[in-house]
Amino acid sequence: MSTHSTYDLLRHLADSWGLVVMTGIFLGLCLWPFRPGAKPLNREVANSIFKDETDV
Amino acid sequence: MHFTESRDIDEAQNCEIAIYDQSTRLISCDLTPVNVPSRSWVQRGMHITHGREGSMELALSRAGLWLVALLIAVAACAAAVDTGFAIHMGIVALACIIGLVVTLRGVDLSKAILAPDQGRYDDDVIRWGVIATVFWGMAGFLAGLYIALELALPALNLGLEWTAFGRLRPLHTSAVIFAFGGNALIATSFYVVQRTCRARLAFPGLARFVFWGYQLFIVLAATGYLLGITQGKEYAEPEWYVDLWLTVVWVAYLAVFVGTIVKRTEPHIYVANWFYLSFIVTVAMLHIVNNLNWPVSFVGSRSYPIFAGVQGALVQWWYGHNAVGFFLTAGFLAMMYYFVPKQAERPVYSYRLSIIHFWALIFLYIWAGPHHLHYTALPDWAQTLGMVFSVMLWMPSWGGMINGLMTLNGAWDKVRTDPIIRMMVMALAFYGMSTFEGPMMSIKSVNSLSHYTDWTIGHVHSGALGWNGMITFAAVYYLVPRLWNRERLYSLRMVNWHFWLATVGIVFYAASMWVAGITQGLMWREYGADGYLVNSFAETVAALKPMFFLRAFGGLLYLAGAVIMTINVWRTILGHMREEAPMRDAAYDPEKDRPILTAPAAA
Repeated sequence: MSTHSTYDLLRHLADSWGLVVMTGIFLGLCLWPFRPGAKPLNREVANSIFKDETDV
Repeated sequence: MHFTESRDIDEAQNCEIAIYDQSTRLISCDLTPVNVPSRSWVQRGMHITHGREGSMELALSRAGLWLVALLIAVAACAAAVDTGFAIHMGIVALACIIGLVVTLRGVDLSKAILAPDQGRYDDDVIRWGVIATVFWGMAGFLAGLYIALELALPALNLGLEWTAFGRLRPLHTSAVIFAFGGNALIATSFYVVQRTCRARLAFPGLARFVFWGYQLFIVLAATGYLLGITQGKEYAEPEWYVDLWLTVVWVAYLAVFVGTIVKRTEPHIYVANWFYLSFIVTVAMLHIVNNLNWPVSFVGSRSYPIFAGVQGALVQWWYGHNAVGFFLTAGFLAMMYYFVPKQAERPVYSYRLSIIHFWALIFLYIWAGPHHLHYTALPDWAQTLGMVFSVMLWMPSWGGMINGLMTLNGAWDKVRTDPIIRMMVMALAFYGMSTFEGPMMSIKSVNSLSHYTDWTIGHVHSGALGWNGMITFAAVYYLVPRLWNRERLYSLRMVNWHFWLATVGIVFYAASMWVAGITQGLMWREYGADGYLVNSFAETVAALKPMFFLRAFGGLLYLAGAVIMTINVWRTILGHMREEAPMRDAAYDPEKDRPILTAPAAA
């Protein structure tokens, strides 16, 4: 594959399917903590740094 | 017993028969055998004695390794094709001699390494790291003040190549970013990962190598700049052999950090560790790609990059901007997400927002680099891409700032009573200000005015002094009493002084550089009716001179604050406590604490 066609391939991948996949992964990761039932888990993790102040 | 390990070891040297528990804590000296709690302690002590014979062999083989390294360094020094490389190999040889002497004098580092007490955190490296942070901070701030004065008073260049602005400037930037900031990141990451994983640091020997190896990197980089050894790439000045060394150190750092996460007892990986991990992994990737150089000679200090022209420029600024994004932002946000909730004694405002903050930084920052190359040979679409992603970064940055500030929701009174919280709030405020200013400056039309002017320098310093500096100072003040087992800091009022000196210093710095930068930008672009530029370059420099003095004054204030911190940290480590009035108390006057004497109303 010539240099030009490699550039061409990557360039078109980047502004079509590549972009779609990256955006999808990004949105999925951002929405993941908002899934149903995750609220108590988030609260627990946020408070996990204080566990060492209460255990004996 | 609340002895630190190092103190236990020191005390043990005064005992004839020292008995330890599993590894390092001194249980008994020969004078007080009755105090030995039980038979099993003695047996453990004997076990340690047996272990020491093993560590003797280890010390010998270690000494052998130091000797081999020393011989290689001396050979490289002798074969060097240029003076700079010879001096650098001399420094490496000196480091080997120090290592050899320490090993041969029987300083037994193996206790914490070979038989670590898994029931205690490994804080040695963190203590060294905090001291190194304060030390390199002072060196870096002093270098910064000196070069600020050089710009105002060029005679301070002294007519010597070693003290010229061009050589001292990278010394300043590397000292504050990589030495001060880097040591703070290494120390706090080792602290936070242990506390949040509830597990002792993995690979203790490697952790010690990371610390000392990183100091060697700093010394080689700093001396190299003074000698004129440079790749000429901003924030990536060290030459090929120093880059290789840093790569080795960094991989070891990654191993220690990931190893600790793997052996965690806490089921969750707290979000601060995500930020630290992304910082370590991304910096490794950036560092390797941007430093793909080929040396002219394997015993010389010069090399040439694989990438040339505009590709090289893009790789450099992909590196350069992500050094800001992942070294100065992600790493320090990790500090924020642990130390702010701990000092405020309440959990982070929104854990979900912190996760969005994380992923948005990861996905957006990596594309922002081309905004450093507006109006250059870089293709227009790449410039626009860099600009668009920079503007998008504004949102997660402010989300993170709000998340940090709102953590104080319901505890805002602490801003008045706790100067450490005050520093954290100021750090977050400057994080917000510089992450607003940055995207704005990346817009092409604004950039055409601001680029190459002192506005950029003002922007960098509002981020570095305000955000990175303040959050690091707050973390140091948080850590020192805990690491040295002190009841409190030597003085909270001195923290308050540090806060105000630093804040006013930043205001002088940023304000003078805004004025200087916009003056410069407008003077450079001013055309007369005849179509010629109105101002010569020298005229613009003359116009900025008062601003250069104001900037140096701001730097002096910031340095003065850091001197106060150094004294405060030093006295705290020594165990002193300053007698002082508390920061705030409700007013009480015993004279007025009495009933009113009046004649009875009926009479």
